[in-house]
Amino acid sequence: MGMAADSEFHVLAVDDSIIDRKVIERLLKTSSYQVTTVDSGSKALEFLGLREDDGINPNTPSVSPNNHREVEVNLVITDYCMPGMTDYGLLKKIKESSSLKNIPVVIMSSENVPSRISRCLEEGAEEFLLKPVKLSDLKKLRPHMLRTKIKSHNGKQEPEELGMPDEKIGFPSPKQEEQQQQQPQSKNNKRKAMEEDVSPERTRPRLNGITTMV
Amino acid sequence: MNQMAIAALKNQYKSFVQSMFDEGVLDNQFSQLQDLQDSSNPNFVDEVITLFCNDAERIITEMNRYLNYQNVDFSKLDSNVHQLKGSSSSIGAHRMKLACVNLQQASYDRNKEECVEAFNSIRHEYCLLRSKFQFLMQIQRRIVALENNQQ
Repeated sequence: MGMAADSEFHVLAVDDSIIDRKVIERLLKTSSYQVTTVDSGSKALEFLGLREDDGINPNTPSVSPNNHREVEVNLVITDYCMPGMTDYGLLKKIKESSSLKNIPVVIMSSENVPSRISRCLEEGAEEFLLKPVKLSDLKKLRPHMLRTKIKSHNGKQEPEELGMPDEKIGFPSPKQEEQQQQQPQSKNNKRKAMEEDVSPERTRPRLNGITTMV
Repeated sequence: MNQMAIAALKNQYKSFVQSMFDEGVLDNQFSQLQDLQDSSNPNFVDEVITLFCNDAERIITEMNRYLNYQNVDFSKLDSNVHQLKGSSSSIGAHRMKLACVNLQQASYDRNKEECVEAFNSIRHEYCLLRSKFQFLMQIQRRIVALENNQQ
């Protein structure tokens, strides 16, 4: 309730298991996020405003995500293996899309396969969670969503203010985004040290819209 | 008087769940689910149990069908047991999960006889689990009914 920034975060959860959808929804809501659940990768893409056959379109200018869909999604959490879409499928489609690639993606899997984990991280996933997912696992999600919130907020405020030494931490203004190397940046994110570098207190004074960061 | 009845029922619920932990029927994941239940979501555990049971029965029926064929479609069996293992894991149904692992192995080995044996084991575990869950849900409903009466 009130001014908690968490309730502004919207998570899209993708899982073909009805039990897992129920559980992840409750976990996310308990963590004060808004949640939408879908049961397939294609429905996820639909919700994100991307048709499944949309490929990489280099000619599409970098638009604000809100232009493509009514609801802003701050994070996608998806099961690794679902019928109807190949493994990594959803992850790849999101990362290949010019409008969606900045949305953090978290993969869940019941199997602890190191090669699978590294492949997911290489493809751009921010985190890999082992099922069954616990409440404490969800704490890892916040830093990634915080980043996207600040990025899109930048578009409305003064971009120059944040386009500074923070570059390697990953707080570029939208204009600088295209020149930023997203890939190495997301590789940095995976290492836990990344999250420790992000200091909410540092950014708080600059951003009027975002208040409580617990 | 209601307060005492409610307290007694809650104790009964707690003890019974503990016995399920002790027997290995449930594991810590079930506690996680219990922790997610609160006054704003008072029926969460019941709802998950119901979803699980419906899903499990559907899958068990399908697996039974596949195993009755002369030539077993092991890939379909694989996908079914993968699903059931996942659900069992998510609800904390520990023995169910282990039984699924056995079936996974038998299916991977493409050994029909072993599959049938492992499947029977799953069915047995499920029956046991379901009757225990039903008992829990009955207690829970009585608690809710008494609590509602107080208002």
